[in-house]
Amino acid sequence: MNNGAGRRINGGAEEDEDEDDVNGDLDAWERTYTDERSWESLQEDESGMLRPIDNQALYHSQYRQRLRSLSSTAARIQKGLIRYLYIVIDLSRAASEMDFRPSRIAVIAKHVETFIREFFYQNPLSQVGIVTIKDGVAHCLTDIGGSPESHINALMKKLECSGDSSLQNALDLVDGYLNQIPSYGHREVLILYSALSTCDPGDIMDTIQKCRKSKIRCSVIGLAAEMFICKHLCQETGGTYSVALDESHFKELILEHAPPPPAIAEFAVANLIKMGFPQRAAEGSISICSCHKEAKVGAGYTCPRCKARACELPTECCVCGLTLVSSPHLARSYHHLFPIAPFDEVTSSHLNNPNCKLQRNCFGCQQSLLDPGNKPGPAIVCPKCKRYFCLDCDIYIHESLHNCPGCDSLRHS
Amino acid sequence: MASAPSKLYADDVSLVVVLLDTNPFFWSSSSLSFSQFLSHVLAFLNAILTLNQLNQVVVIATGYNSCDYVFDSSSDLNRSFENGRMPVMCSSLLQKLEEFLIKDEQLSKEEPEGKVKSSLFSGSLSMALCYIQRVFRSGALHPHPRILCLQGSPDGPEQYVAIMNAIFSAQRSSVPIDSCYLGSQNSAFLQQASYITGGVHHKPQNLDGLFQYLMTIFATDLHSRSFIHLPKPVGVDFRASSVFGQAQSEAASASDKKRKTPET
Repeated sequence: MNNGAGRRINGGAEEDEDEDDVNGDLDAWERTYTDERSWESLQEDESGMLRPIDNQALYHSQYRQRLRSLSSTAARIQKGLIRYLYIVIDLSRAASEMDFRPSRIAVIAKHVETFIREFFYQNPLSQVGIVTIKDGVAHCLTDIGGSPESHINALMKKLECSGDSSLQNALDLVDGYLNQIPSYGHREVLILYSALSTCDPGDIMDTIQKCRKSKIRCSVIGLAAEMFICKHLCQETGGTYSVALDESHFKELILEHAPPPPAIAEFAVANLIKMGFPQRAAEGSISICSCHKEAKVGAGYTCPRCKARACELPTECCVCGLTLVSSPHLARSYHHLFPIAPFDEVTSSHLNNPNCKLQRNCFGCQQSLLDPGNKPGPAIVCPKCKRYFCLDCDIYIHESLHNCPGCDSLRHS
Repeated sequence: MASAPSKLYADDVSLVVVLLDTNPFFWSSSSLSFSQFLSHVLAFLNAILTLNQLNQVVVIATGYNSCDYVFDSSSDLNRSFENGRMPVMCSSLLQKLEEFLIKDEQLSKEEPEGKVKSSLFSGSLSMALCYIQRVFRSGALHPHPRILCLQGSPDGPEQYVAIMNAIFSAQRSSVPIDSCYLGSQNSAFLQQASYITGGVHHKPQNLDGLFQYLMTIFATDLHSRSFIHLPKPVGVDFRASSVFGQAQSEAASASDKKRKTPET
């Protein structure tokens, strides 16, 4: 069947010229398999038999290593939950390089969108602003605010790259803005840096010390190579510096900044913060909305202090400045206050002990914990309630659910 | 909030995970007896299985001292395809439920008077979500899962954080939580659960007609909900419950401590 190949030669000429030298005789469907090396996904086990690589067990053991390292160091660490984060995006010439497909800036924009949504999901009380560096000058693209859509829409419109990058100008701008936020908020900057140089008007070391005094935590994710100045900035301010190796690594690095970082106690003084919990307006009531400045029917929230109408939560009342939230927004952060302990692996000695009555099914999802050969397979046990769980439930419980079904199904005395 | 969107496969096939409240403290003082309630529920579950050949039903009993699975329509024991007969589910469900209730009663300990006698709703909700995650993992072709809570017990304030965690996880995975409250007061937890996840909450006026309420409101699959007028929430009680069970303040605005201290 040569129809596929024929159509390709007529249509996409450029790609075929490269591939024709190697794969000219192959049909289109055959070409999809040329890069696949299925023999690499096999490995030998103890008896010399070939087995496919068990991705699930590998993934699970990597996950458990991560969890262990997090829980051992972060057992009793204070976290900043009200975060004011500025994302600084480098729109210099280097961002239009094509070593990331299709270009660095396209990859950055895509993952910043995912990051913003994830950030607001995990930190509903926090706010984000975007700053861009272009032609050596830093501009504020969006003001600090709590609505993910407005940031994403503004970012997607302005993705042209040109000129040099200037780290000092960006830091000066961000420092000016972050000095205006209330003292209980945690100030953070995340710089996505593609360039290998910075063109600064003055001494950047002074700016770094200024940021340090203003208690701003600066983190950098580089896309090119490691730079001393970025490393120095992060070390001075207590942030993290990492360089992305490829697109999936970049996504992993940027999503690491979504959960709240460990906070330094002196940075944000503990205060009582006044917040309002507005009632939902009745269906059919008409009032003038304070954010759109026009009359709207029903489905809004009235500020308890000044009775102005707001469209969505969380927000700040435009009239009296009271922070308006609803209790589910606060509740979203409660799992940081009451974390669950990591589960332990069921040891093989325990599994092989015939006297021990084993649980056959995972307590959460009722999946069988036995191997196809009816021998006990890998299982995880909760140290408190002693119930067994499968590997996937372990990951789901610790990453998303934050409740142990076993402990919640037992009445405490 | 808008109702949960349906995913792109087999739009009217559903998996319903039913959380059945078996709290003896509630049922002993309810106007509807537990056996009458079970007859309504069993007829409803059979009806769901009749609506579509591929529908699945899982029942988790929410007890006073423990929670456990009592029925799974997709397990091999419950399927009988000989002679094209309908699978008979009543006997196995009732038997397992009886065993569960006996075990639950044996776990009872002496409790101080005056405590709110709530069932372990957060435990069964977490188990339901784990089961649903397993269904998601089974591949691209799976029925649309939803959770139906048949609760009568009052809310237990000590479960607030666990229930909110479960609600947010359900919202993340787009699993609507429907709730039918059978008790006398209102349940703030159930109202919030249904509101946040895009499910339906209803408190039937007349418990003798429970089967009709269940069939007309809770039997519709997720895809058809966009064409059907379901009861809307009049007002959702969003009051946060203090973890220590203190009285809730009536003031509309509240000061909140935002200092996150290590657990003592």
